[in-house]
Amino acid sequence: MSPFVDALLLGAGYNAALVGLGAALLGFAAGASGTFLFLRKRALVSDAVAHATLPGVALAFMVMVAIGGDGRSLAGLLAGSALSALAGLLAVEWIVRSTRLSEDAAIGAVLSVFFGLGVVLLTVIQTMSAGRQAGLEGFLLGSTAGMLFEDAIVIAVGGALTVAATWILRRPMTLVAFDPEFAAAQGYDVRRIDLAIMGLVLAVTVIGLKLVGLILIIALLIIPPVTARFWTERGGRAMWIAGAFGSSSGYIGSALSASAPALPTGPIIVLVATAFFVVSLLFAPARGVAAAILRHRTFQARVHRRQGLLALARDEHIHDPLTLRLLRAEGLIRRDGVATASGRAQAARVARDERRWDVAREIHQNTGLTGRYDGLTPIDEVLTGDEIALIDARLGGPKGVGGTT
Amino acid sequence: MRNEHAYPALVAEDGASVVKLPEKGPLDIRGLTVAYGDKPAVFSVDASFAPGALTAIVGPNGAGKSTLLKAALGIIPALSGEISSFGMPLDSVRDRIAYVPQRASVDWDFPASVLDVVLMGLYHRVGLLGRLSGASKAHAQACLHRVGMADFQDRQIGKLSGGQQQRVFLARALAQDADLYLLDEPFAGVDAATERAIIDVLKELKRSGEAVVAVHHDLATVETYFDRVLMLNVRRIAEGPVTTTFNAETLSATYGGRLAATHIDHLTLAT
Repeated sequence: MSPFVDALLLGAGYNAALVGLGAALLGFAAGASGTFLFLRKRALVSDAVAHATLPGVALAFMVMVAIGGDGRSLAGLLAGSALSALAGLLAVEWIVRSTRLSEDAAIGAVLSVFFGLGVVLLTVIQTMSAGRQAGLEGFLLGSTAGMLFEDAIVIAVGGALTVAATWILRRPMTLVAFDPEFAAAQGYDVRRIDLAIMGLVLAVTVIGLKLVGLILIIALLIIPPVTARFWTERGGRAMWIAGAFGSSSGYIGSALSASAPALPTGPIIVLVATAFFVVSLLFAPARGVAAAILRHRTFQARVHRRQGLLALARDEHIHDPLTLRLLRAEGLIRRDGVATASGRAQAARVARDERRWDVAREIHQNTGLTGRYDGLTPIDEVLTGDEIALIDARLGGPKGVGGTT
Repeated sequence: MRNEHAYPALVAEDGASVVKLPEKGPLDIRGLTVAYGDKPAVFSVDASFAPGALTAIVGPNGAGKSTLLKAALGIIPALSGEISSFGMPLDSVRDRIAYVPQRASVDWDFPASVLDVVLMGLYHRVGLLGRLSGASKAHAQACLHRVGMADFQDRQIGKLSGGQQQRVFLARALAQDADLYLLDEPFAGVDAATERAIIDVLKELKRSGEAVVAVHHDLATVETYFDRVLMLNVRRIAEGPVTTTFNAETLSATYGGRLAATHIDHLTLAT
């Protein structure tokens, strides 16, 4: 564990520290800008954009070698990847706009064509004698071995610009994601804002290419926003929470990979992000699976308790094992199913509540009130004392239950 | 002819020269045609909507009612036609127009509170970098109060009933302080209490001189709710005050065989 702690504290060497900080910054930018991609429900477009970077990387390398260099200038490779990613993005948009194909089909077509072309070009490069082609495959799954200070600067500056642009555009992007028709009616150019969302995604993809690689970058764009969604109901906060999950994943993931010799950084970062996601999915307070099960159980218990008490009030036999168990646990019935004194009192109260509701629904027809009858809420939580007195006047005196009053 | 036009031409005393006033209606639509593929959804429709009036757009399913509104606002492209609003090109007066889309057109599981959605009505006014100040929030809260939703401002929008969601949409439009309100089926699938709350707000707007236009599907309430009616079935069938325009003849012209004669009998129609 100690190498891991060392790496967490940036004590695992210069390269590991650079990678850790770079991954944290990249994770933040990816989570924040990915939030709007996720809210717009166009997550998979980013996969097409990411795969479309590959031919650009290869072509940029070939061009740089052709004009006489070793083809390894990072700026040149990233510019190439950005251009071909943009071509891929525009291809998806064009196919959707001018044919009857849906977006998923367009994504599939563009992704595979661009990626296939990229692989072919990489193979061609392997046979070239000029240039230093070693390491280009690193753009597929990311590589941190040769991470330079200049790479960290690219990520830091690019990431900061992306987050700033995301923040500035947050309102139009929120509007377009939630209600594009309303946005258009207000005079926003929906198509341009969609392109801006994708432009931010493209920027994150390009700056993350070296570290995480084009195949896994989609995970950093999508998993943190999806995780954040479990923890907030507010779009404004979702962006920052997603950024926090993204940067934690990047930082912890790179520290983990630095602590053992053969762990690949990009995939480990993605696995850490996935761990955050799984924990949130299960245990988030309002939207998590555990909370949902608990809510369902509580509700079920309330329904069974109410039905059981109503059955007691009507002197009916109770068969349902869950109802029997609940009533017994509360001491409302004895082991043989006969109501106890407190059981009879509760049953009378519930029966009275039902009768009051019957009257209330008659009196208050067509108002909001009838919507509040869920068969579970006691009427005195909904109506005031004098309103209930009025209902009771129509009901007459309390009726006995099970022979006692 | 267009004798029901809100802004009639002036005829000089000699009866010969006609001076046409510049048209400054809240929304003037001329020759609007919209097509999906090669099937026209709205064909060469002229329409003008008057200030200080509630106008219903009625017509059968697929008559192009929603399409007309969306194309008039530039939400979907039109094949042809001219749109002007308050005598200006649409884009220069967008801040004076509030649009309420169909409730079902959005995903209500979106992470936003009721107040967040109402504040969206102010996004365009405050601009990209402007702050949504305390005054903006107070204004949004006042709009929620007008639709009876003041107690719900922090509720996640997915936890609202259909009627409450519709009220939030209306509050967002109110927040814009517009002069022209265009509503797409505001009464679709809402409870009776919400329907009353919405029509009360719309009548309030009308009294303060605003133009209100609603796509409406319930023929039984056209006469009690609205002052004017535009009857549409791809083409414009009739337009004018409800009292003179909304009758058995125009209804059967609009709905054709789709509206049973018994249904028409149920409406208390002007003859």
